[in-house]
Amino acid sequence: MEIKTEDYSIWYVPATATVICQGSLRLSGMDEYVPIVQLLNDAIETQPPQLTLNLQELEFLNSSGINVLSKFVIKVRQTGNINLMVRGSRNIPWQGKSLKNLQRLMPSLQLELE
Amino acid sequence: MTEIFGEFESDMPVTPEYLIIGFSPSSIPLKHRWRNNGLSADFLADYLTTFFLGDPDDTSAIERQAEVKSAVSFIANELLENAMKFSDETWQRPISIQLHLSQERIVFVTTNTISPQAVDKFQGYIQDLIDSDPADLYIRQLEKNAADETSTASMLGYLTMIHDYMAKIGWKFETVQNDPEVITVTTMVQLKV
Repeated sequence: MEIKTEDYSIWYVPATATVICQGSLRLSGMDEYVPIVQLLNDAIETQPPQLTLNLQELEFLNSSGINVLSKFVIKVRQTGNINLMVRGSRNIPWQGKSLKNLQRLMPSLQLELE
Repeated sequence: MTEIFGEFESDMPVTPEYLIIGFSPSSIPLKHRWRNNGLSADFLADYLTTFFLGDPDDTSAIERQAEVKSAVSFIANELLENAMKFSDETWQRPISIQLHLSQERIVFVTTNTISPQAVDKFQGYIQDLIDSDPADLYIRQLEKNAADETSTASMLGYLTMIHDYMAKIGWKFETVQNDPEVITVTTMVQLKV
């Protein structure tokens, strides 16, 4: 599972049950996000006990992208048996502002800003 | 017809520093020039940081500069995405984004046409934004989007500006031509710095 373009890369590492997102995600509306939503859903379907979303090199995310990540978190919450960790970076200012909202969707979510 | 919603300053004082970028409909429809939005937003953000140069040894000044840059990039990109999405290309009128800078705030102003049929729905959404608590509306909107697999619009752009960036937003709708009717919407976002 891997999506690689000039602007962004997203892939899933089964060994560590980690989805890694890097680059700049500013796609036009939900239609263009379909392949990414599919990759995230596939990661959930592997049913790991602990799933990590690594955003430490995700420089930009538009509001459609925020929607995609929020839907992912809600989906993980709905499974009821997957622990979710989101890893971000303090050096990327949008993450400090927006990632804490994910915790409000899923209070057990562990958020680490390094 | 002129209608104003939210925190719109019609008589904004003239600022000493400003930048305007215009996008004219051409052979390539605006909606197909999506990548331009991010490039323009990043350009505006880079341009602005030159006004926020602090002491290179002062970590808090550097962090502040990075924060302003990131906020400008996010807000400008969202405003341009909205302007491109909602612009009524029938009228071949340009879309513009202005950035005004003063000591205490950055003001973004975008202007684009909007289809007369889309006005009521948009104004209804704006009224919801004005009447609701941003934190409640934000979570409600995320849960609603997640429950609706068919939803194509996230409705999160303005809400994120208000909720995460403490921005103030206002809108002005103007009928600029009658028969056939042409309506423009001007969106003003104020960000404290």
